[in-house]
Amino acid sequence: MVKSENGSGFMSHRTEDVVLEVSITVNGTAHRSQVEPRTLLVHHLRENLGLTGTHVGCDTGYCGACTVIVDGRAVKSCSMLAVQADGAEVRTVEGVADGDELHPVQEGFWECHGLQCGFCTPGMIMSSVALLESNPDPSEEEIRHGIEGNLCRCTGYHNIVKSVQFAGARMRGEEVSS
Amino acid sequence: MTTSTSVMGGIVRRKEDPSLIQGKGTYVDDVKRAGELAAVFVRSPFAAAKINSIDVSAALELEGVHAVYTADDVRHLGPNPAQVAVGTLRPLLADGAVKHVGEAVAMVVADSRYIAQDGADLVFVDYEPGDAVIDLKEAHADKVQVHEGESNTLLTWAGNAWWEGVIDLPDPSPEIQAAKERDDTVTVSLEMVNQRLIPTAIEPRAVLADWRGGYESVELWSSSQIPHAVAGAVAGVFGIPSNKVRVIAPEVGGGFGLKLNVYPDEILVCFASKQLGRPVRWTETRREAGFASIQGRGWVGTATMTGTKDGKILGYELEAICDMGAYTHNFTVAIPLLGLFVAPGQYDIPTSYALHCVMTNTPTTDAYRGAGRPEAAYYLERIIDDFAREIGMDPADVRKANYWKPEDFPVTTAIGLTMDSGDYATNLDALLDRVDYEGLKAKRDAARAEGRLLGLGLSTYVEVCGFGPSALAGLGFSWAGYGLPTAFNGSGVVRVQPDGTCTVTIGTGPSGQGHETTWAQIVSDGLGIPMENIEVQHGDSLDSPMGVGTFGSRSLAVDGTATYEATGRVREKAAKIAGHLLEAAEQDIQFADGGAHVAGSPDRAVTWGQIAEAAYQPHTLPEGMEGGLESSVVFSPPNATWPFGSHLALVEVDPDTGDVKLLEYWATDDCGNVINPMIVDGQVHGGIAQGIAQALFEEAIYDDMGNLLTASLADYPLPDAASLPSFSLDRTVTPTDVNPLGVKGIGEAGTIGSAQTIVNAVVDAVSHLGVRHIDMPLRPKRVWQAIEDAKE
Repeated sequence: MVKSENGSGFMSHRTEDVVLEVSITVNGTAHRSQVEPRTLLVHHLRENLGLTGTHVGCDTGYCGACTVIVDGRAVKSCSMLAVQADGAEVRTVEGVADGDELHPVQEGFWECHGLQCGFCTPGMIMSSVALLESNPDPSEEEIRHGIEGNLCRCTGYHNIVKSVQFAGARMRGEEVSS
Repeated sequence: MTTSTSVMGGIVRRKEDPSLIQGKGTYVDDVKRAGELAAVFVRSPFAAAKINSIDVSAALELEGVHAVYTADDVRHLGPNPAQVAVGTLRPLLADGAVKHVGEAVAMVVADSRYIAQDGADLVFVDYEPGDAVIDLKEAHADKVQVHEGESNTLLTWAGNAWWEGVIDLPDPSPEIQAAKERDDTVTVSLEMVNQRLIPTAIEPRAVLADWRGGYESVELWSSSQIPHAVAGAVAGVFGIPSNKVRVIAPEVGGGFGLKLNVYPDEILVCFASKQLGRPVRWTETRREAGFASIQGRGWVGTATMTGTKDGKILGYELEAICDMGAYTHNFTVAIPLLGLFVAPGQYDIPTSYALHCVMTNTPTTDAYRGAGRPEAAYYLERIIDDFAREIGMDPADVRKANYWKPEDFPVTTAIGLTMDSGDYATNLDALLDRVDYEGLKAKRDAARAEGRLLGLGLSTYVEVCGFGPSALAGLGFSWAGYGLPTAFNGSGVVRVQPDGTCTVTIGTGPSGQGHETTWAQIVSDGLGIPMENIEVQHGDSLDSPMGVGTFGSRSLAVDGTATYEATGRVREKAAKIAGHLLEAAEQDIQFADGGAHVAGSPDRAVTWGQIAEAAYQPHTLPEGMEGGLESSVVFSPPNATWPFGSHLALVEVDPDTGDVKLLEYWATDDCGNVINPMIVDGQVHGGIAQGIAQALFEEAIYDDMGNLLTASLADYPLPDAASLPSFSLDRTVTPTDVNPLGVKGIGEAGTIGSAQTIVNAVVDAVSHLGVRHIDMPLRPKRVWQAIEDAKE
């Protein structure tokens, strides 16, 4: 006879009634919120701030669907607590376009068929934006390594690489065609 | 890229994308309902155990927990429904026993998913572990019986095999036996594993149910490929009419077959919502996806090939044990059969099969991209390479020597199916010419002379898809098991709105295949209405025409054809109206530039807006003509379709580490006519990536206690961008005559053609060292070990 507790350790045992205040600027808008200390940044973005463009695809930080840019660096928001982002500037997929004008990376994904189901796409776009901001003219190998923290199950990455190449050329002011 | 306003055969940017690239797409977990509650499941840590008791009291005391449900609460609803109710169906929650690790034992419903998880941690289950059987051969030997003494709808278990499918048609075994005994023949045989895989859509499954008291109806949002079937199942389980169930599949973040099921959680959230009077949501975690959703493949088999030394194949035999898991779901029992449909491949050869479909204490297997066909293609195309090597012939030449020829079509296969069309040698030659096959072989040989291990791997394949003919409903290919007696028809509704724009509603359940774009191309081509004025709707079981869903590479060939036919009927009526308005004969009406005109007189024209305006004001129509401008068509094809293709890979193996580097990958596929080449190429890219993933990286590994050791993406390595090359694609075009579009289907072809292409290449790279076979996935240690073992 075995008495087994279904303890996963994940999200276990409430820190009841403890809430902290965090101030996070998301896509240029300052938000002051009360959160439980255990709240993940991705859940804060999705459930408290209503920014559902950032997705959750795994529990371990491997898939990258939750990638956002925190203070200029691509970060997996499922592996960061909201309280750790206190005082930070966060950019999500909802904030990369300039008004009605798509970001070149968004244009690239549309033009080159860089997405199918679209679920990994927001994270993939944020990683690509961060990559091109730090390396404006990456080689194919640098692109492939630059987005290797983001998993896509639909495209085999073939057209994602082309999308990033398209965006890089556009951002460098080069004539592009695909 | 050329962006045209139309259409068939043209590259058109996708209509779906502007929303998705801005994070504005709506997936199930993005939907919010006022007052919604969250569910979390308590799951078994044992592969086989008796449940003595479940203590939910501590969980119920936790603030914010609303309910904890166990089998006692839901037993009256019956088992989880499936398309074909054979084998052993799964109880909605484990009832007195668990049969695999991760089986759901209780459901906790609380104010938030965090609190529900806290509650799940407080549910105490008293288990009495028993013996489990995980290994396929042990299961086949009935060392442990998964369902000992239990009965099901067809039979009482006398072992783990639900079905022993020995098919010797048309009685070829004596013929093959005789061939083996001839002096001028060679027989080769290999035992090979086609390992279990976890499909892994990047969006985990998610459901949200809202039971509407008073109406006694329910709205269920589910990340599903088959919203209509889910609606039928929910209606059947709760004993309500199917028109009281609205299942909505919004954006679906990848399917690949794993969302082609009715799952217990879909039923259970409806139940909880009904009980509690609040919307209830459940979203799968990645770790849970290894237990709560189906897995794919899982065969251990022996392929045997006999032929003459000049390459004439005189016999192909396949015997395999196929893993069903602990319960049967939607198509579980049909997957090995689907493999048998294409087991002889492209070849006119005598065949013999024996499949042993056995239960194990593991999660259920079912359709994963390709579904039986990748397994069948793997065994055949691996053994034909081995045979070619044994007789010293080029593997391409052996294949060509045994192909069905174009004039043989339609071909009736040994098990009585009819293959529609094919030109296999032309397809293979197109690939070999494009890549300079002889040059590649010389490059490989030159590298080998320098001690580098380059390998070339070829595979050709034929698959069967586009289901399907209505008569197959008699074999169980229908949603009758879900209470919906509907064959696998296609459906499409085309409506021109009063302002001249167009709405198309379809019965498919896409998960990234670009249906909105492709279907708009079909309609735009037929009516001359620009793409931007056509909206395509899908994924709502009440608002869409009665549909079957998206799976088995069927949507375009079946549902696309229905939409094509509906478009034609709308055009016919519009021509009558335009003729009336323009005082011309309807046969003189031509459609172009967003309207209709009289042939030869472009200024005698009306716009679609004017035609539609008349259509919705019947007093302006010809005497006796019905108002409105729409058509609804149900299409049932006379046959399935049979795409085919040829794939080639160049790899290099590191002799010191066993690491495989995939240098180049070429594919020449043939899916008949193509509507959007960009989308078709994208399907092939993704399909190939999943086949490469099986060949090189992925494997669902269980320990002998039945624990899944690869439940996280840290342990189950999906290929990332750095581990794949770009792919070089081309096509031949052999249309089918089973639908007027001449289209076959492309969703699974890449996966069916690719895994064995990679393994053939790796084995080619090391065969001169004495290696004949290495089981997938070809991770460095395995390859290195095979090289070392061959030295002994």
